Amino acid sequence: MRAALRSPVGLASAVLLALLVLLAVFAPMLWGDRAAAIDTDALQQGASAEHPLGTDQLGRDILFRVLVATRLTIGLALLATVIGVGTGLLLGSLPAVLPRWAARIVTSAVNIAVAFPGLLLALFFAVIFGTGTVGAVLAIAFAIAPSFARLTQTLTAGISGRDFIKAARVCGVGRFRLLVRHVLPNIAEPLVINATLAAGAALTSFAGLSFLGIGVQAPSYDWGRLLGEGLLRIYLSPASALGPALAVVLAGLAFNLFGEAAAAAAGGRRRWRGKPVPHHESTVDDPGDGLLTVRNLHVTFPGGITPVRGVSFTVHDGEMIGVVGESGSGKSLTALAVSRLVEHPGSVTADRLDFDGRPLRSIPDRDLGTRLAMVFQDPMTSFNPALRIGRQIAEVSEVHQGLSRGDALRKATDRLRAVRIPDPGRRAGQYPHEFSGGMRQRAMIAMGLMGEPKLVIADEPTTALDVTVQREVLKLLARIRTERSAAVLLISHDITVVAQTCDRVLVMYAGRIVEELPTDELFTAARHPYTTALLAAVPDLDTDRDAPLAVIPGRPPEPGEITAGCPFAPRCPLAEERCRTEEPELSALSDGHRVACWKSEKELALAATGGTR
Amino acid sequence: MSELFFDRVSVRYGHHLAVDDVSLVVPHGQVVGLVGESGSGKSTLAATAVGLVPVTSGQVLVDGERDRRRRVQMVFQDPYSSLDPRMSIGGSIAEGMPRGVDKKAEVARLLELVNLDPGRASSLPARLSGGQRQRVALARALAGRPEVVIADEITSALDVSVQGAVLNLVRDLQRRLGLSMLFISHNLAVVRYVSDRIAVMKDGRIVEEGPAARVLAEPGHEYTRELLAAAPRRHARLEVS
Amino acid sequence: MIKAQRAEGGTWLPFARRRAVRFLTSLWVLVTASFLMIHLIPGDPVRESLGLGAPPDVVEARRAALGLDEPLPVQYWNYLTGLFRGDLGTSLVSGTPIGDLIGDRLPATVRLAFLAFLFVVVVAVPVGVGMAILTKGGRRRGGELAFTSTSVVLAAIPEFLLAVGLVSVLAVQLNLFPVAGDDAPGSWVLPVLALATGPGAVLARIVRVELLSVLGNDFVRTARAKRLPARLVYLRHALPNAVTATLTLGGMMLATLVAGTVLVENVFAWPGLGSTIVGSIQQKDYPAVQGIVLVYGAGVLLVNLVVDVALALLDPRSTIREA
Repeated sequence: MRAALRSPVGLASAVLLALLVLLAVFAPMLWGDRAAAIDTDALQQGASAEHPLGTDQLGRDILFRVLVATRLTIGLALLATVIGVGTGLLLGSLPAVLPRWAARIVTSAVNIAVAFPGLLLALFFAVIFGTGTVGAVLAIAFAIAPSFARLTQTLTAGISGRDFIKAARVCGVGRFRLLVRHVLPNIAEPLVINATLAAGAALTSFAGLSFLGIGVQAPSYDWGRLLGEGLLRIYLSPASALGPALAVVLAGLAFNLFGEAAAAAAGGRRRWRGKPVPHHESTVDDPGDGLLTVRNLHVTFPGGITPVRGVSFTVHDGEMIGVVGESGSGKSLTALAVSRLVEHPGSVTADRLDFDGRPLRSIPDRDLGTRLAMVFQDPMTSFNPALRIGRQIAEVSEVHQGLSRGDALRKATDRLRAVRIPDPGRRAGQYPHEFSGGMRQRAMIAMGLMGEPKLVIADEPTTALDVTVQREVLKLLARIRTERSAAVLLISHDITVVAQTCDRVLVMYAGRIVEELPTDELFTAARHPYTTALLAAVPDLDTDRDAPLAVIPGRPPEPGEITAGCPFAPRCPLAEERCRTEEPELSALSDGHRVACWKSEKELALAATGGTR
Repeated sequence: MSELFFDRVSVRYGHHLAVDDVSLVVPHGQVVGLVGESGSGKSTLAATAVGLVPVTSGQVLVDGERDRRRRVQMVFQDPYSSLDPRMSIGGSIAEGMPRGVDKKAEVARLLELVNLDPGRASSLPARLSGGQRQRVALARALAGRPEVVIADEITSALDVSVQGAVLNLVRDLQRRLGLSMLFISHNLAVVRYVSDRIAVMKDGRIVEEGPAARVLAEPGHEYTRELLAAAPRRHARLEVS
Repeated sequence: MIKAQRAEGGTWLPFARRRAVRFLTSLWVLVTASFLMIHLIPGDPVRESLGLGAPPDVVEARRAALGLDEPLPVQYWNYLTGLFRGDLGTSLVSGTPIGDLIGDRLPATVRLAFLAFLFVVVVAVPVGVGMAILTKGGRRRGGELAFTSTSVVLAAIPEFLLAVGLVSVLAVQLNLFPVAGDDAPGSWVLPVLALATGPGAVLARIVRVELLSVLGNDFVRTARAKRLPARLVYLRHALPNAVTATLTLGGMMLATLVAGTVLVENVFAWPGLGSTIVGSIQQKDYPAVQGIVLVYGAGVLLVNLVVDVALALLDPRSTIREA
């Protein structure tokens, strides 16, 4: 909540709320007499210098009456909110501790009640409790309660699925303690925010009831009652109605805006903050033009966060290149940048970013859509759940190749067959949720085959899949490469996946390529301390079971945490002074093997063979 | 002696039989690795051991006894969701301790045991990295002085460079404390590294179980062979069919 | 999209059954609540409605006429069977059948609510979609701030206060529209505006937020990777997926809008149910209040049912998901 004060809206509404509280406390003491003073010489006057909002039928000053009514209005609204929120909280958290049958009754009662708008509930209860202040408070409180109970239930259900609740249950923590120590603290924030919003709603509903004449009764008066009286004379003196109306609106706004600002502050807390990082100029020693030529690629986000910092590489026709890195290494953003999919507010710069002999940014969508195919990580979410698979695949040809809907669908069916989906005609008419994960990923590849792809960019295409399915998808990618002589850029966090399939490997760390080498040499001639450590840290079926796994101390830096020097230096056993101050460039070690490290080849070779394994 | 025994356990969700008549023994002081793909029922089986999922039929026994509160503990997959973000890590660890223990000293001892600075007991989980959180989760599981620990995919949410350290720790602790352990993973290489015995699960059934070396060298079931063939090997290249 | 259910027709029947059960249960709860309302009122409603000075024999006679002297289960049975015959009782004040009273007043309320809803949808949905596209990915922060604050402010002004403001400025000061009644076509403008503005602001915000969250989905990135024109990305891929949440919240909003008519009708002296119920409450005409509450409640339930069915038609998965 404190964070809410930092936004201008939050601050303004907080000031307004404070003002209201001051008025509620002091106005009746200061102006109570004047608000009650009857002046038979000034009955029903319009606005004047003496009575800015005019006078009522007994000649009482309406401005003072509005000010004095603050206490009753705010007090009743808060009282109703407290009762309503308390009842709602009780109803909402009861199911967590009650036996199952009782919990179901409470839940369905709340579900039925919540379907009715608050005002209807308030009217209903107002009839039962009778017109008057007490009745109205209870009516509004009970009108708030169901939606608050529902909110509590929803939030509780959301938290209950989390592993820490399960862990606490396994530890033997009882239901009540679970609710009090684990559930409620984790839902307190949205509850408080919603209680603030509910207070705003209670205030306006109360005004509504009083306005209708079934809330506060004379001789007491709140803003709603003043408004109702004012409305009768709106022709004579509009100010007498507008004054209380404005008061209700302002107070309601103050609660609402404060709640909104608090919600926004709570939602935006997990924002990346980072220091600006100096841009690097990458030297490049490969002059050759490839199918995809990337030179000194940067991807920057506002706040100076640069997850990709000077990446250069080349993909030649028909090549299969692997990009390996951990989360935060910038590998996926590199993939998005070279396929022109980085969205605002990210910005991409490069000395060269050419695809198929042309600058990427100048290639028309039609050409890119048919020559560059993408495969994404999660086949579950990468298809539109509301459209049939066949339709989504056919779309490419409809839009870019001018095929009719029927022809495009036939072609899509044909491509589904090409990726070995059985019964492709029927499958094309199904929705994504009717496909298994592996089949969806094949269908995604089939989508890329609608054009004549020269490059397939696959971003973690097998991470979400089971191992046996993973192998099929990798095989399919390799087959497409041989049959259609398309190049493949395969991004993965799993070095063994890349090692099995690719010709060359690019190892990324903290937004840079730290090593590039042919896959054949990966296990024998890798030189960068990060690459060798990574290879030693990942067990495979040939790892020595009796030796401990190699450990890389620390963790990879987040894009906002990168400082001067080699980003791997804090974790590197070979690091020396220079590594901590200056970042090494990627430079050629031998033909086709590049390393970004200050150490000499000899030192690296020694460390790689003699050191960890 | 502490032996975890799944005695003909079945779990049914509606029409779906998630675990189908599974019998499995985790012998005293040994690690049984449970491999299988998503949806094979391995996590459901694990959940029955700690009572998070009721069994439809069969029973789970520790040393022949059905009451296994605190004797079986569990470490979960996602360290970002398995620690209460509003509770200090010391508080989370202390929650699982039996009564009458000096909680502060015990928390410090456990943190040290998992190679974390005891001075961090008052930190909130948000200040820890994934690998560190998983160590805290291990410490919490050990706080109840369990005889059996269940590790459900505990490294699959971690970065590869951090995974090795957690695996080393698990192996080390298991040996030092003589724990019986059920180690669940979809990654055969990881299971192979930590396990004495390996069980293979598919469609709710255990299709093969035996000493790790035997299962890996002479797989008896077709599905085990398939898993082995699919597991990445250092020097094997994928053949294009 | 709609044809999809054929493939999975199996989920439809259970869905329909569940929905029917929920509707009927809610209806029963509503009917019972409105029946109990009269009995929950502290004191004797008949005496209160006739005034404290009424002679005891008159009160007794009126009680007998209303059937209030029978045992509670009998009264409940009579109430239920009466409802099936369309008999809602008679007014304590005017003595006319309440069914006639409601039949008289209901059309005006329905007209008002429907026009306001139409206005909300026609204005708010395009505004929300437009704002989502314009402010995607943190673009045009100024525009976003202006839109958000305007919509928060508009949504926070209760409809009856907006009504008062509109009356005093546009009707009293500028004399553009009539102050009250529903005689001239111009008299529609202010009530509809007063009723529709708040919900419209809420809906526009919801549409924007939902569309933005849909635009963050992986499948939108897939659509962009296919290099589809922006128009197709938004209209074919994003918008249909934002409909579910929008419709759900839209339904709740429609229900609030129905309730809002009560206040707005009172400001504009609109000859609908809303002004009738308030008058009846003040005159303690409990059978009338009971009947009108029942009609409002049933209207809300009906709206919810329609929304659920529409959701199921638009998004076949919603019939499975909640099972």
